[in-house]
Amino acid sequence: MKALVWHGKEDIRYDTVSDPAIEHPRDAIIKVTSCAICGSDLHLFHNLVPAMLPGDIMGHETMGEVVDVGSAAKGSLKKGDRVVIPFTIQCGECDQCRRGNFSVCERSNRKKEVGDKAFGHATAGLFGYTHLTGGYPGGQAEYLRVPFADTTHIKVPHGIDDEKLLFLSDILPTGWQAAVQADIQPGDTVAVWGCGPVGQMAIRSAILLGAEQVVAIDHLPERLSMAAAAGAITIDFEQESVVERLNALTKGRGPDKCIDAVGTEAHVNLGQPDTVLDRAKQMLMAENDRPHVLREMIYVCRPGGVISIVGVYLGLSDKVPMGQAMNKGLTFRMAQTHVPRWTGDLLRRIEDGQIDPSFVITHKVDLSKGPEMYATFRDKADGCVKVMLQP
Amino acid sequence: MPLTNITGIARSEGDPKVERKGPSSLTGADQLARALGWFSVGLGLAELIAPGRLARTLGLDGKEGLIRAYGARELASAVPTLSIDKSVGLAARIGGDALDLATLAGALHRDNPKWRNAAVATALVAGITLLDVAAFKGVKAAHAREPGADRDYSDRSGLPRGAQASRGLARKDFDIPPDYNAEGRVADALPAPALQA
Repeated sequence: MKALVWHGKEDIRYDTVSDPAIEHPRDAIIKVTSCAICGSDLHLFHNLVPAMLPGDIMGHETMGEVVDVGSAAKGSLKKGDRVVIPFTIQCGECDQCRRGNFSVCERSNRKKEVGDKAFGHATAGLFGYTHLTGGYPGGQAEYLRVPFADTTHIKVPHGIDDEKLLFLSDILPTGWQAAVQADIQPGDTVAVWGCGPVGQMAIRSAILLGAEQVVAIDHLPERLSMAAAAGAITIDFEQESVVERLNALTKGRGPDKCIDAVGTEAHVNLGQPDTVLDRAKQMLMAENDRPHVLREMIYVCRPGGVISIVGVYLGLSDKVPMGQAMNKGLTFRMAQTHVPRWTGDLLRRIEDGQIDPSFVITHKVDLSKGPEMYATFRDKADGCVKVMLQP
Repeated sequence: MPLTNITGIARSEGDPKVERKGPSSLTGADQLARALGWFSVGLGLAELIAPGRLARTLGLDGKEGLIRAYGARELASAVPTLSIDKSVGLAARIGGDALDLATLAGALHRDNPKWRNAAVATALVAGITLLDVAAFKGVKAAHAREPGADRDYSDRSGLPRGAQASRGLARKDFDIPPDYNAEGRVADALPAPALQA
């Protein structure tokens, strides 16, 4: 089959690889109909997580049709079923899965000893996302083996376009969880840093959850225009002070809830000198992350407010002002998304016409164009916000 | 160096294996930049380790300290050149080339018994400078956002009922779960819809 394969830093190739096969009775094989490039794939593209092997298949936003089912998964899946695959692999039986904490499933990371060393305790297996999380082949391919397939799937009806359903795999529930874990209440001002695909979903989720003001922060005009389309107030951080504007919008109190949809690769520019220092340290492997957004959120958030983090951080972050956070009594909530916890509800909202996630797709191309689309997406060229790929 | 080289992490037995490699996301300019970055590493180490030998070869006796400093500069420019911020490293390399050429110009006189060596080195540095400039231009062109090409996505609300009508729509049938609300209680076990299938 064909697949997008990681060969090194900035080196993704459209390779021919061997086909996946059922390895375990709970497995299923799906024929991929659509997949996408996620912002967090760029961290791997940039080799910021040094736990990839040349030959690893990329991708964790995937949907398709079931073409083969292991004997133990036949109770819940059959050939021909149309499914979206969550980026988290979950057993559905462990203590964490039973609590709804699917992204920290205790059994699905098949390289648990590596995860234990890296994180203290291993987290769930993820598709196409390094050997710290199981080293599972990803879904930017023609076929995907889904482990624990009896629980790792979202059945979706026929008759709705892939464009509307694909993002149940990651960015829609991630944006939703960002808003939910911020504990948004009517009357709240919610500030969202980053207007990439996850930030866009978080903005819409905050609106649906009744935030009075949603403020979107970025520097790319096209992304800000997309945020404004959903009713967000926009701040271009290259044109004005984020802190001053947020304080002005909240009568000097600061936003009640702050959502980080940026994570480790904050935009580097001289107007944000901490990002330049972080980037230099990152190059020398003296720091993993560029936590500019985290610093700014902690500084500007209203005392007693909530910091919700869904932008991916990778390791060590320097100069995070915990003194400010502690003294202001901020609550931090963060996680990789517990995808299936939200997807039933979100699927219903898509069917009900409350949200149409396809708005975020700016580039829809053949899978073979994947290598160049990684560069286009990373460079934010051609107005690129979200790339959908079809084998 | 990937962590995988140190830890011995290996791909699992049944995973798909590459049978035939296809086209890469790396452009020619990216690959040239990478080669120049590794060249910087090699030259920088040589200048740091053997400045006396280089000085004698070029007739730059007494400039060992300067050559060693240039070695450190080469290594410093190699780091960004080998990173994703290649244009920063290549710009630093071009500046370094100018310094190298200026220093070599001081050795290009007939009184220098090694002037022929200095002339060859000058030609080499000039050639490398051309490659640096070509790589810089290529990388800039390949990874630029075209000026004025910003798209307007103000018609993409994603909220079919409109932004104002959608505000608070989900509150009618969704409560913030206990583990995410201000009381911060431990999660109730929520069976996922997928698990009920």
